[in-house]
Amino acid sequence: MLHHLIRQAAQHGFGDGLSLTPLPAPSRRGFLKAIGAGAGALVVGAHLPMPALAAEAAPKIVGPADPRPHAFVIVAPDNTVTVLAKHLDKGQGIVTGLATIVAEEIDADWSQVRGAFAPADQKLYANHFFGVQGTGGSTAVANSWDELRMAGAAARAMLVAAASARWKVPAGEVTVSKGVVRHAASNRSATFGELAEEAAKLPVPQQVKLKEQKDYVLIGKPDLHRLDHISKTNGTAIFSMDIRRPGQVTAVLARSPRFGGTVKSVDDAAARKVPGVIEVISLPVGVAVIAKNTWAAMKGREALTVAWDDAKAETRGTDAMLADYRKTAEKPGSVAANKGDADKAIADAKAKGGHAVDGEFVFPYLAHAPMEPLNAVVALNPEGGCTIWAGSQFQTVEQMTAAHILGCKPEQVKIETQWAGGSFGRRATTNADYIAEAVMIAKAYPKAPVHLVWTREDDIKGGRYRPLFLHRITAAVDAKGALVGWKQRIVGQSFMAGTPFEAVMVKDGVDATMVEGASDMAYPVANLAVDAHTVASPVTTLWWRSVGHTHTAYAKEVMIDRLAKAAGKDPVAFRMEMLKDHPRLAGVLKLAAEKAGWGQPLAQGKGRGVAVHESFNTYVAHVADVTVDAKGQIKVDRIVVAVDCGEVVNPDIVKAQMEGGAGWGIGHALRGEITMTDGVVDQANFDSYLPLRMSDMPVVEVHIVPSHERPTGAGEPGVPTVAPAVANAVFSVTGQPLQTLPFSRGGIVS
Amino acid sequence: MTVTITVNGADHALDVDPATPLLYVLRDDLELNGAKYGCGLGQCGACTVHIDGKPAFSCLTPVGAVAGRRIRTVEGLGSAEAPGLLQQAFETEQAAQCGYCIAGMLMRAQALLDRNPDPDEAQIRAHMQTNLCRCGTHMRILRAIRRAVAMRKGVQAAQEIRP
Repeated sequence: MLHHLIRQAAQHGFGDGLSLTPLPAPSRRGFLKAIGAGAGALVVGAHLPMPALAAEAAPKIVGPADPRPHAFVIVAPDNTVTVLAKHLDKGQGIVTGLATIVAEEIDADWSQVRGAFAPADQKLYANHFFGVQGTGGSTAVANSWDELRMAGAAARAMLVAAASARWKVPAGEVTVSKGVVRHAASNRSATFGELAEEAAKLPVPQQVKLKEQKDYVLIGKPDLHRLDHISKTNGTAIFSMDIRRPGQVTAVLARSPRFGGTVKSVDDAAARKVPGVIEVISLPVGVAVIAKNTWAAMKGREALTVAWDDAKAETRGTDAMLADYRKTAEKPGSVAANKGDADKAIADAKAKGGHAVDGEFVFPYLAHAPMEPLNAVVALNPEGGCTIWAGSQFQTVEQMTAAHILGCKPEQVKIETQWAGGSFGRRATTNADYIAEAVMIAKAYPKAPVHLVWTREDDIKGGRYRPLFLHRITAAVDAKGALVGWKQRIVGQSFMAGTPFEAVMVKDGVDATMVEGASDMAYPVANLAVDAHTVASPVTTLWWRSVGHTHTAYAKEVMIDRLAKAAGKDPVAFRMEMLKDHPRLAGVLKLAAEKAGWGQPLAQGKGRGVAVHESFNTYVAHVADVTVDAKGQIKVDRIVVAVDCGEVVNPDIVKAQMEGGAGWGIGHALRGEITMTDGVVDQANFDSYLPLRMSDMPVVEVHIVPSHERPTGAGEPGVPTVAPAVANAVFSVTGQPLQTLPFSRGGIVS
Repeated sequence: MTVTITVNGADHALDVDPATPLLYVLRDDLELNGAKYGCGLGQCGACTVHIDGKPAFSCLTPVGAVAGRRIRTVEGLGSAEAPGLLQQAFETEQAAQCGYCIAGMLMRAQALLDRNPDPDEAQIRAHMQTNLCRCGTHMRILRAIRRAVAMRKGVQAAQEIRP
């Protein structure tokens, strides 16, 4: 759903003057220069028309429809094979993943494979699901799969053709394995590097043959090491926080403590006296303090006196907001799903020996808080435009936004994507927020490259939160224990409202990202009514790892356990009965239950819970084991997760994403919440926005369903079901459903 | 004023406000990128370095307080060509995702292993409690530390049997 809508948004343009003007196709030479490839390199890309991506099965033979030499792979004379990643790697391992796909088809030796970030270029590097170059929605492998296989296969064919010409032997007799091209009959061989220059002169083949799955050497290999680990374990991996351009200055920005507040007046006299402070500039986004180093910039900002105009600011606290949500929930909302007659079905069930269950769920605002606070370096170019160094996640949105601010052409904005220290959705914004701030400051202070750094406090207090949500659900099972009716109302902010995406993301008053996972639930409820209220607030909100599924899957799966109990059924059996037409969901549920030992007796105080859900076209089930001690305090002991994400490129990375998803889900369910008092955020740093720590992390066992379906994604789908599985495990011990998050609110977590 | 600090065995005389936290001096002045800014409040451990062999939050340590003391950063643990044992163990266990916390994790863990070459799981967890990872690599980090313990024993065993 999200992908579809984002693509529509891309086609319709972003408004705000940020129309998606297609960039001219660069010349081969210009492009080689742009990506820093030297002469004599073989550079191959593939352009794939969109309809091919919609195909269910991967085609065995594909003819590149567009033979323009745009690059995904560079085979260099030094025998390295560099794969250009159009996606941001924020820890999810996508540089390795994309490189694996190319390396498989070109038959490289893994030791010669390198990864690099591609430049920002809408025409070459758009995410096929989005229409803009960007990373999100667990789409990176899914949208790259075909084009990178073709790029690798084309490069391999060109190396074979070069060897065939050099040795004057038929191409059909030339083989490739582990980076070596061979002609067995004449006992000749050459490395990729030795053939690169000759291969580069050959035409890109019109038809390439892709490997059969049975011939994979690298794809699916369980112990392939990531390309970024050596640099990440010796301090040499470069994040944008580590960029230092000649003469670079550091900026911090004083922003309104209340969302929607604006600068009324500034007294910067004391700030300007702080040693190292160079300049103080008022901007529409706040007051920038520019200094010769980080410490001086921070001290300078502390010395500022800013009066804020709160006329348009949010001045309610989160308790008052929630009270307003409850009032709003009394009225019908905009319809997201309406099948049968839910009211009647629930009333009938109650009248005829069935059971109805009511639940109110409260989900707090949540910050993403990636380990690397947001930051970007911007250097204006003397000839116009600028260069941006950032953990850039929506590269061409950021490129266009920067061009809009500077009044230059998008192609005059060069983006140097860096390793990002986490994101969880935070770096992907529709208005390029922190990068736009950095460009505005650089425009106002053109004398030197500017490094805008957000402090942790800026990050925690800075909004773009997973929205606060209220769900009200009434559902019923009939006398036979069958789920017959489900009524659900969702109240919360839409992070698409007020953005250029609104026109296409919000249909009939319903933001698809608010109801995904609820209105389209897999359980076959004949009488289903889901509606939603979109409430407005200046508090800024955003997608957060697994988006709407963060709350919809939780509410659904906790309710299902309550309904199973009302029906007198086992939670796994109750779900299995309802998933007969969903073999992949049933498959992960069965696998997780088996691996976890579902049904085996547990000791006193121990509980086991389950949850299953589809998100981002990936199917995941979690079984959680918990201990509830004599004082009612809970501890998560073990998580068993089963995942079906189609063909798996790198099993260990999928595993890592499932482990990480479990940590993410548990950490926030335990203690994560952003609250406000009179519009001011109560939390400031990791001493008050309490994260998962070592003592909280359970053992996580990951089981991957073997599959040759098209690959989907793994970054987000590991999140939605872990918290409800934990909640259901606690419910199995205490009989108390956990419907207010975080769990610490209920006093069951220290 | 001039403050002289010793980092990874090298002396550096710096013209710096002595109240400046060591972290910003390491990063801005010495361009040692390993120690990271994560919170500025001693809450995340991404800035962890060793001062006289003990783990410290460099974001809270004024540079003036460490003049003449031995400072060690992740760059002092090893290099790509010659990685330290713990670095090798982290690589073997693939114990990084975004990697931003890893230098701090390594320094924190190294301090434990320097003091106690054979810690148990509970000791490792308790010692690592100060350091945050947002990606959820906790179990791999713990495994990597255990692996380093085992590797060190293996190295010692190999050295002991050498003639």
